[in-house]
Amino acid sequence: MLYNGMHIVKTIKFGEMRTLGNPVQFAKVYDSRNVDELVFIDLAATEENRKSDLETVRKLMLECFMPVTIGGGIKNIQDITNLLKIGADKVCINTAAIENPGFITEAAKKFGSQCIVISIDAKKIGKDHYVFKNRGRTNIGKVALDWAKEIEQLGAGEIFLTSIDQDGTMGGYDLKLVKEVASAVKIPVIACGGAGKVQDIIDVVKIGKAHAASLASMFHYSGHTANSIKERMDKAGIAVRIL
Amino acid sequence: MTTSLKKVVIVDYKMGNVASVKKAFEKLGARVKISSTKNDIGSAQYIVLPGVGAFGEGISNLKKLGLIDILSKSVLKKRVPFLGICIGMQLLADTGYEFGKHDGLGWIKGETIKLKSTNLPHIGWNNIKTKSNKLFSDLPDNNFYFVHSYFLKPADKSIVTSTCNYDQVFSSSIQKDNIFATQFHPEKSQLAGLKVLDNFLSYTHAKN
Repeated sequence: MLYNGMHIVKTIKFGEMRTLGNPVQFAKVYDSRNVDELVFIDLAATEENRKSDLETVRKLMLECFMPVTIGGGIKNIQDITNLLKIGADKVCINTAAIENPGFITEAAKKFGSQCIVISIDAKKIGKDHYVFKNRGRTNIGKVALDWAKEIEQLGAGEIFLTSIDQDGTMGGYDLKLVKEVASAVKIPVIACGGAGKVQDIIDVVKIGKAHAASLASMFHYSGHTANSIKERMDKAGIAVRIL
Repeated sequence: MTTSLKKVVIVDYKMGNVASVKKAFEKLGARVKISSTKNDIGSAQYIVLPGVGAFGEGISNLKKLGLIDILSKSVLKKRVPFLGICIGMQLLADTGYEFGKHDGLGWIKGETIKLKSTNLPHIGWNNIKTKSNKLFSDLPDNNFYFVHSYFLKPADKSIVTSTCNYDQVFSSSIQKDNIFATQFHPEKSQLAGLKVLDNFLSYTHAKN
């Protein structure tokens, strides 16, 4: 779930935000549908120089009896402490990790690696995928798989990998990007960006070697539920949690 | 629910994740206090040590808050039902090896060591293999949520109440008298998790 400080939104290729509704109601629906995990990212927090909206996070956490990862605007240890205190299980860090890679190590030492998710927003330029910050506006000049290895070395527990090119297109994950990164590191890689049909998810696990798949548009806009998708994944031979 | 009016104290030792545990116990009808005071812990009916974090930090925070004596007194002498979750299970060991070697609480003989699995941390839902145990009666399913790289390997294997296989079989829960502990997160494991917490609250020690 992407949040802009007021509403749940969805972007296409990191562009204009389409408003979808109230985060607490979304969380309630996804909890009742037994999704395995919820990722809630305040995508405008850093650029608007806001901290995490703790009050909203607190309210949506009341609806969640599954693991929740919160991201957006996290700059220091205190920001993480505040989020964990109201029930977040993991935090997702992007800009602060790029600007101060030592922060990854500091946070991992303090809270354990399993708590620290680093997100990578990557875009294809020529043959390679480059890492971008500022919601896809600034190329930091690093290739995604190099940055992924660095992140792992620094102590991150997971990588949340988003393809800017595929974001919101529902045209399938960027399998090449996912495979490149997932094969380069030992920590779990969650693939994000592009899921439009169940086969895309099966592909990103089987071909892309992702450890988990993140979906937004498919849940927001289509009739699919976590269970209906996972029944198909199970038939395709992927180990999933089916209730 | 069998659990109304049970008073649960969740130890707040600045290691996070207290709110989720509180919310889950409240959902079951318990009265919950998040606290780091000796008074509250000393008078608790049930004590829960939750956690997200690293071993060394966890034990040093308990020390800094001066809580180790009162916890030991309540759990080991008064036999107050105790539930350790995740790092709260790992800290029970004699020794832990996350970011260096650290002494643990030493309530359970054994070590907290790193998993040998290829992909770490172990994050996600896994089935556990349960032994007949109070904590696991009438579970709707055996699927629980894990987030960890380390686990408690007790010297006495007979206290292991469930195991999980993640490249390597490890102890996913233990019970020794009034001390229960789970490596998984019941508070994050939807219906099965809530059932585990409910079962914990229906435990009463025979002799107080």
